[in-house]
Amino acid sequence: MSTVILLALTGLGLAALYFLVASGLSLVFGLADVLNFAHGLFLGVGAYATWWAAGNLPGAGPSGFGFVVAVAFGVLAGAVVAVLVELVLIRPLYSRTIEQVLVTVGLSLAGVALLQATWGADARPFPRPAWTREVTSVLGANVPNAGLLLIIAAVLVLGGLLAFLRFTRYGLIIRAGVENREMVTALGIDVRKAFTLVFAIGGAAAALAGALGGVYFGTVSPGQGGSLLIFAFIVVVIGGMGSVVGSAYAAVAVGLLQQFVNYYGTSGLGDLCVVGLLAVVLLLRPQGLAGKVAHA
Amino acid sequence: MSAEPVLSVENLSVRIAGLHILQGVSFEVASAGVTVLLGRNGVGKTTTLRAIVGLTPRNGEVRGTVRMGARSLLARPTHRLVRDGLGYVPEDRCVFAGLTVAENLRLAERRGTAPAYDKVFALFPELDRRGRQRAGSLSGGQQQMLAIGRVLLNDNRLLLVDEPTKGLAPKVVTEVAEVLERVAESVPVLLVEQNLAVVRRLAHDAVVLSAGRVAWTGNAQDLLLETALTKSLLGVGSEVKA
Amino acid sequence: MTNSVVEAPPAQVPDELTPGHSRWHGLRPYAPLAALVVAAIVPYSTLNLPGVFEGPLNSPGTLQLLAVCLVFGGLAAGYDLLFGRTGMLSFGHALYFAAGVYGTDVLITRAGLPLWQAALLTVTGGTILAALLGAVALRTVGIAFAMVTLAFAQVGAILVARDFGGLTGGEEGLPLDVAGLPSALVGVANTVNLYWLALAYLALVVFVVHRVSGSPTGRVLAGLRDDERRIGVLGLDPYRFKLVAFTLAGGLASAGGVVYCLVVSGASPHVTSSELTLSLLVMVVLGGPGTRWGPVLGGILYMYLDHRLTAFGTSDVVNSLPAFLSHPLSQPLFVLGTVFILAVYFFPGGLASLRSRLHPLLVALRRSRPSRS
Repeated sequence: MSTVILLALTGLGLAALYFLVASGLSLVFGLADVLNFAHGLFLGVGAYATWWAAGNLPGAGPSGFGFVVAVAFGVLAGAVVAVLVELVLIRPLYSRTIEQVLVTVGLSLAGVALLQATWGADARPFPRPAWTREVTSVLGANVPNAGLLLIIAAVLVLGGLLAFLRFTRYGLIIRAGVENREMVTALGIDVRKAFTLVFAIGGAAAALAGALGGVYFGTVSPGQGGSLLIFAFIVVVIGGMGSVVGSAYAAVAVGLLQQFVNYYGTSGLGDLCVVGLLAVVLLLRPQGLAGKVAHA
Repeated sequence: MSAEPVLSVENLSVRIAGLHILQGVSFEVASAGVTVLLGRNGVGKTTTLRAIVGLTPRNGEVRGTVRMGARSLLARPTHRLVRDGLGYVPEDRCVFAGLTVAENLRLAERRGTAPAYDKVFALFPELDRRGRQRAGSLSGGQQQMLAIGRVLLNDNRLLLVDEPTKGLAPKVVTEVAEVLERVAESVPVLLVEQNLAVVRRLAHDAVVLSAGRVAWTGNAQDLLLETALTKSLLGVGSEVKA
Repeated sequence: MTNSVVEAPPAQVPDELTPGHSRWHGLRPYAPLAALVVAAIVPYSTLNLPGVFEGPLNSPGTLQLLAVCLVFGGLAAGYDLLFGRTGMLSFGHALYFAAGVYGTDVLITRAGLPLWQAALLTVTGGTILAALLGAVALRTVGIAFAMVTLAFAQVGAILVARDFGGLTGGEEGLPLDVAGLPSALVGVANTVNLYWLALAYLALVVFVVHRVSGSPTGRVLAGLRDDERRIGVLGLDPYRFKLVAFTLAGGLASAGGVVYCLVVSGASPHVTSSELTLSLLVMVVLGGPGTRWGPVLGGILYMYLDHRLTAFGTSDVVNSLPAFLSHPLSQPLFVLGTVFILAVYFFPGGLASLRSRLHPLLVALRRSRPSRS
C-alpha cells in the first residue's frame, strides 16, 4: 500500500513539473498560435539563474530565505528572457505561424548551446535546502520533500492562474483571445500586449519548473529542458491547447501513468504508454480534453 | 441629406491567395441612415467590410483608398480603427461562447470613456437580465443582440454590420431590424444584408456588387421597386418576406 | 496594417512545373548530370583545399566527410518532400532514418544477415513503419500533427536508449560488425566506395523527388501546401495524398539510414533525437524549401559546417577571442541556430532564393551594357 502512495505522490510530483511547463505553453499556443520550441530554454534559464544566484547573489543562498530569493531571481530571469524573445523575435513575425515555429526552433538550438558554452555540458549539483533532501512520511510512504514542494508549487500556480484569468481584465482578454483572437482585436483591444504577457507568464512558470526540478533531481544540465519539453507538449495536446485546467488534468494523467507503468512494468514502458495515450486522445478527440479545436 | 460622406471607398482591390475578389470598388457611405451593400452570394460583400476594418487575411493584398473623414484607414491596425469609432458586428456574431454575457460586454469597455450600459440595456433588456449566463448558451437572436450591444457601449462614427439576420427565425429578424432602425437614427450604418424585406425597411442607399465590382449605386427603395433590375443584379425577385 | 519586417516569399511553384525562359534553358537539363559526373570523379582528384578540408580531396577523411554530407543532402531532399512541397511539418522524421540505421546495424551485427538482405528488410520495414504511423498521425493537422510525429519519434528514441533485449546497445551505440560485409565496403582504403554509395543515394532521392513533384501527384501536393480546402473541393482526398508523401519520404529516409550506417560503421542514439529532425528542418529552410537543389545544398552545407565549426570552435582563432565570444562560437549549434534565425528573417527563401534576389541586380547589369541583337 505504501508503494502505491509513494508512486502516486511521486507521480503527482512529476505531474506538477509537467504542469508548470505546460500551462504557459498551452496559453501561448492557445492565444498566439505560437508553438514555442524555445520554452525548454526558459526552463534552463530558470534553473541556471537560480543556481547562479544561490552562489553569487547577495542575499541569496542555498538554504533558508536566501533560497527563496534565489528561486525568485530564477523566475524573474525566465520571465525577462521570455518577454525579450517575444518582443524581439516573435512579434515581428506576427501571424506568420511557420516562421515563428522555425525561429523558436533555431532559438532552442542556439540557446541550449549558449547555456552549454557558458556553464559546460556536464550536470552541476544544484543547491538545495537541507529539508528538501529529507522525506516525509505520508500514510506510511516516505515521500521526498522535493516532490511535495513541486506539488504545492504547482497547486499554487494553478490557483493563481485561474484567479488571474477569472478576475483580471487581462485574464478576460486572454480567455476571449484563446477563443477568437480576431474578434478581440475587432473590439478595439491590442492583443499583442496580451501575447507578451502570456509569454512572460509561461517563462516564469517554466523557470520555476526549472528551479524546482533542479531541487528535485539534484542537478542542472543544459539538456534538461529538452526532454521535459516533449512531455510538456504531450500534456498540452492532451489537455487541450489554451486550457490551463486541461493542462492540469492531462499532467496528472500523464504523470501518474508514467510513474505507475514505469514501476510495475519495465522502465521506459511508461513513457511509451504516454505516447500511446496521446495517439488515442488525438484519434478520438483532437481538440484535447478541454481545448479549442487544434487547427492548422 | 448632409453632403460629407462618413466613409469613402476609392478603387478598392482585394486579392486573396492569388484570386481577385474585389476590383476597383468605389462607393460612399452617407453620414446618416443605413447604406446597404448588396450582391449575390460570394461576390465579396464580407470581404469589403473586412478590408475596411483591416481584417484581410495575411495571404491577401489590399489596394486602394478608404477614408473616414480625413484619415486613411487601410494599413492601420484594426484595434486602432475600432477605437477611432469604427464599430464592427461580424457575420456569425462571434460572441465569446465561454464567457458570460456580462463578460462579453465588459470586454468592450475602454479606459477613459464611460461605457453606455444604460443605452445598451434600454435597447436590450435581455442582456441585463442574462448577465451571468454563458454566451454560448444564448439563442441565435440573443447572440446577435449581444454582438450589437457590445459595439454600442462605445461611441461610434460608423457601424459595419454583416448579415445580422442570417439564420434567424422571422420573428427575431423583425426584432433585429427594429433595433437596427433605432440604432441607425444616431449612427450611420453600412449593412450587408440578403433579406430584402429588412433592406426595404432599413436602407436608404444601396451599393450593389457584382463580379467584384460595383454594379449599381443609388437609392435603395428605387432599386427594390425595379423588379427586373433587382432580379438581374441580385438573382432574386423582390418577394416580400413576412 | 502590417508592420512586418520581412515579406514572405510567394507560394513556390515547384521548379519542375515552371518552364524556364533563360538563355541557358537549353543546357539546363544537362546541368545536374554534369554535376553528378563532377561529383563522381572527385575522389580521383588530389586537389588540396586547405582550410576547407583537412586533407586532399581523395583522402579517406575528406571522402567520409563528403559522404556524410551527401547522405544528409539526400535526407534533406526527402524531408523537403514533406515540408517544402506538401507543407507538412513533421518533427519526427528522424525516426525513419534511425530505423534505417539501427535496422541495418541490428540485422547485420546481431542477426548476422548479409548486407543485401538486411538493407532490403530495413528499407521495407521503414516504409511500412512510415505508412502505419503516418496513417495515425495524419488524422490530425498542423501543430497537433507536428506533436504526434514528435511523440512517435520520441518512442523510437526511448526504445533505442533503453536497449530492450540488448539489441541496440543503448547509450553507447552499436558498432557495425564488418565481418559479413562485402569487402569492397570495408576498410579505410575503400572509403571511396562508400562515397560513391552516398552519391548514388543522393542521386536517387533527387531523381525520385523530382519525378514525383513534376507528376500530377506533385501538383496535388503543391496544392495541399498552398490551400488544402481547394484540393478537397476538387474531389481529391488530401489524406491519401499526404499519406503517400509521408510514406515515400519515410522510405527514402530509411534508405539513407542504411547508407549512413555503412558510412560511419555503426549506429548511435543521436540519430533518434529530435535534434536531428530539427537539423533537417534547418537544412531545408536554409537551402530553400520546395526547390530542387535548395534542400540538397542546405543538407551538404549544414553537415559540413557542423563538422568544421567544431574544429573552428576549438581553433586558435576562436580561443584568442574574449571569453564571451569564444565560448558561444565554440558551439556549432549556437552558430547554426543563430544563422538559422537570421535566415528566417532575412532570407526566407533560403539559398535557392539567392538567384531570384540577385536577378534584379543581374538584369540591371545586363541592361547597362550595350544591347546585342
